[in-house]
This record gives sequence, structure tokens and C-alpha cells, in this order.
Amino acid sequence: MMKLFFALCFFLFATTVSAQELAPDAQVKKITNEVIDIIKRDKDIQAGNRKKINELVEAKVLPHFNFSRMTALAMGRNWPKANAEQQKVLVNEFRTLLVHTYSGALSTYKNEVIEFKPLRAATGDADVTVKTQVKRPGTEPVSIDYGMEKTPAGWKVYDVVVGGVSLVTNYRETFNAEIRDGGVDGLIKSLAGKNRSLETQASAKPK
Amino acid sequence: MNIMLRRFLGLSLLAALVGLGGCATTGGTPGDPLEGYNRAMFGFNEGVDKAIIKPLASGYKTIMPEVARIGVSNFFANLGDLWIGINNILQGKVGAGVSDFGRFAMNTTAGILGLFDVASNAGLEKHNEDFGQTLGRWGVGSGAYVVLPILGPSSVRDGLSLLAVDWHGDPLWYVGNIPTRNELIGVRAVDNRANLLDLSRLAEEAALDHYAYVRDAFLQRRRSLIYDGDPLPEPDPAKTSESGESKDRYTSARAETELALARITTQWGERVITAAGEELTPAQEFSGAAAQPVAARPEAAGVSGTVYEPRIPLNYEALLVASGEVRDGLARTSLAP
Repeated sequence: MMKLFFALCFFLFATTVSAQELAPDAQVKKITNEVIDIIKRDKDIQAGNRKKINELVEAKVLPHFNFSRMTALAMGRNWPKANAEQQKVLVNEFRTLLVHTYSGALSTYKNEVIEFKPLRAATGDADVTVKTQVKRPGTEPVSIDYGMEKTPAGWKVYDVVVGGVSLVTNYRETFNAEIRDGGVDGLIKSLAGKNRSLETQASAKPK
Repeated sequence: MNIMLRRFLGLSLLAALVGLGGCATTGGTPGDPLEGYNRAMFGFNEGVDKAIIKPLASGYKTIMPEVARIGVSNFFANLGDLWIGINNILQGKVGAGVSDFGRFAMNTTAGILGLFDVASNAGLEKHNEDFGQTLGRWGVGSGAYVVLPILGPSSVRDGLSLLAVDWHGDPLWYVGNIPTRNELIGVRAVDNRANLLDLSRLAEEAALDHYAYVRDAFLQRRRSLIYDGDPLPEPDPAKTSESGESKDRYTSARAETELALARITTQWGERVITAAGEELTPAQEFSGAAAQPVAARPEAAGVSGTVYEPRIPLNYEALLVASGEVRDGLARTSLAP
């Protein structure tokens, strides 16, 4: 009886561990399929309901993103110039902007087929690129690659590269220029202003 | 009219390259020496787009049923496959080139003059190639970023390729009836713009500085296209805080060249094999790229972010033999990892 109990405990333990330690490509596949299933079933999202898309992204996608790493990556050599408080604000503002972009991109999804490429990584790698492709007839497939790193909380996405364009590092030159002109606070101000204008835009014409 | 348009475009480009660059000192973004001119032209293009092209494209998208629009896009995409195939072959990707010709044959016949992309469903993937990419693959650097009138983001290399070479590979320009030809080119432009409506809105929403966002996306995109989605990884300054990001752009043209060279492991013997194991044809072998310095991929040296510029010594061959790289008289070696 005791044996059975321990076996059961071990089994439960093993399954929770394996659920947490999903391979990065398997994790991307799982989340992508979940999100697409929801979009396919939800007429509001297909019609472009931003509030619903944002909720979906908040619940399903964002927990797997590492926004402080993303912000550091976008800031490049300027990242250490921001103090802890500024860094916190920057991460928050950049997160809002990226989520808006990501949600906007999701709302344009139209039954494209997503293909998951086999992961090319050695066991023990803590930093991998998970490659996927969005296929549409008539145009060349668009690649979406996820830069992922292993953290104590599981694999986290720190870069999203669409068709060779990193949604993160594409900001680097702009951030540089902002910091050159107005310092870190200038950048914070610009980001906050951008987010506010997007917010008023969205509430001005609710879809 | 088209000849005049092309002359105008050519002249503008020339003006951009030669003269106007001088007044671009206000910009100050490293790696974008023509920023002053570029921003002005970007603004002009935005104006034209907002006033004419975008409304046309939106209207077109509204009145045309989606099936019909896809048919139109497919039709023009099919015509483009021939030139894409030629460029693939010029780049030594014979398999991809043959696949492009296969696509054209299949879509023109079974796909009813290209209206249906049956080849994609049959597993022949559409590619994206042009002469600018071919030059890039051969090791030609992109030069400065240039915003062309109407045509939009480009570079010295890609702009000259577009205006001087790609044009000849575009079947529409060979349509004998001039009004028909112009109409076709117009419809294609509107159709292209209609396909980009979502994307351009997203970019506008995402950008803090629209000009810079489009520029940087263009440069990243071209770099990726030249290596078919497998370019040098961006240096990660979170890890190597020394490497400034402005340096990225400075060195990106050089990095492009070096990666092209690094892929060509060597070419004694009869075959040329890239690091990826892909075999190259004489077209690439004799493109001149192979004669230039060979560099190890930076990440191979474990110093991502640093670009090396090693030169091949004249006694390279002897060095290789001496170092034991050339064995068994096979005279084939690998500089790649």
C-alpha cells in the first residue's frame, strides 16, 4: 500500500516536472496552437476586437516572455546607463508597446498554416532559437523565430524575429537617438507618450 | 512616360548619392550618412502614399472579393518567379532556381496563367530573390541606406540593381502595347500596396520614429533575405556590452561580405562546398567572392559581436598543407567550424 502511494507520488512529481520542463520548441508549438485555436473559435477576435486580443495575449503569451531581457536587448549599451528605477519604468513601457504590436499582428491572422521547424540545439543549451514558418500560398513563407533562454522559471522568449526583422533590436537605433537627445528620461517620456497616443487611438475608434 | 519616370528615378537616385548627401550632416545616426535627404524623401513618399496610393489600395481591397485579389497577386507573383529563378541560379542555388522554373511551368498551366498557386500546394515553395540579393550573396556590400522616390527604402547596391538590372527581368516591361503595360504595372503596384496595408499600419503603430523603424526593419530584412533567413546573429550587447549597436550598422555591410565568404569553405579540387554542406556551382565559384578574404563566422570564434578581418596570405595554400589541413592529396579543407 505504502509502495503504491510512493509510486503515485513519484508519478505525480514526474509529470509536474516534465510539464514545466517542456522543450522550448514543444513549448512554442503548444502555445501557438492554443492561441490559434482560440482565435479560430472567437468571432470577436477575428473582427479585430483589441480588448479581447489583449486579454488573450496577457493570459496565454506574456507569461512566457522575458520583458526585462527584451528591454535590455533593445537598449544595448545604454541599458547600464539607466538606474534601477528607470529600468523598471522602461521595461514596463516597452512591454506595453510590444504587446500592442504583438496583439495587432495576431489580429491579422487569417487561417495561415504554421509550420514548426525541428530544433537545432545541443542538449544543455540554455539559449536556443525556435524557428517557425507561416505559410500562405502565393507568397514566400514568412519566418517567425523565437529567441529563447532557459531560466529557473522555464524557457522564456526574449526575442521575436519576423521575416528576419527582430521586433526587439529594431528599436535599438531609435532608442540610441532618443537617449542621445534627451537622456534615459527622454526615452521614457517618448515611450510613455507613444503608449498614451496608441491608447487614445484605440479608445477613439473601438472596433 | 515610363522612360521619363525611370529617368526621373535614376536622376533622383544619382542626386541622392552624389549631391544631397552633403546636406545630411544634421542626422547624426551612424551608418545612415544620407539621413537628411532620406528623411525628406521618406516624408515625400509618405505624402504621396497617403494622398494617392494608400486610398487606391484600400478601395481596391474593399471592392475586390478576396478570392479575386489572391488571383491577381498570384498572377503577378507567377511572372516574377522566372527572374527569381535566374537569380537563384546566379547565386549558385541551382536546386532552388529549377524549383522556381518548375513553379512557373506548373502555375502557368495547371494554375491557369498563374491565377492559382498550385505549385506551393505541391511543395514547391515560393522564394524571394532579386539582383540586389544576388550581388549581396556575391559579397558586394549594401552601401548607404537610400530612400528612393516612390519606390521607397533601398540601398546604393539594391537601388542600382533595381533600376539598372531587375527591370530587365520583369516580364511586364516586355508587354508590347504600352497602355496595357502601364495598366498592368499600375495594378500590380496597387495590389502590392493592398497586401501591405496591415503591415504598414502595424509598423506605424509600433514605431517611435517611423523613419528609423522602417529603415532598420529594411536593413535587417535585406540582410536576412541575402542569407535566406540564416544571417549572422545580431551581437547581443547584454552579453558583450562593449560592442555598440551603431557599430552593428557600420559593420553590417562588411559582416555580410564576410559571412558570404565564410560560407565558401574553399575551392580547390572540383567542388565548392559551403559550411552548410550546400554545393556551389561555377557561377558562384567564379563570382569573385571566393577570391576575397575568408573569415570565420564570428560566433565560431566564440566572440559574437566582434567582426574579424583576416586576410588570406599569399602563401595560403602552402600554409594549409603545412598545417595539415590538406590531407590525402584531396586538397579540400574547411575553414568553417
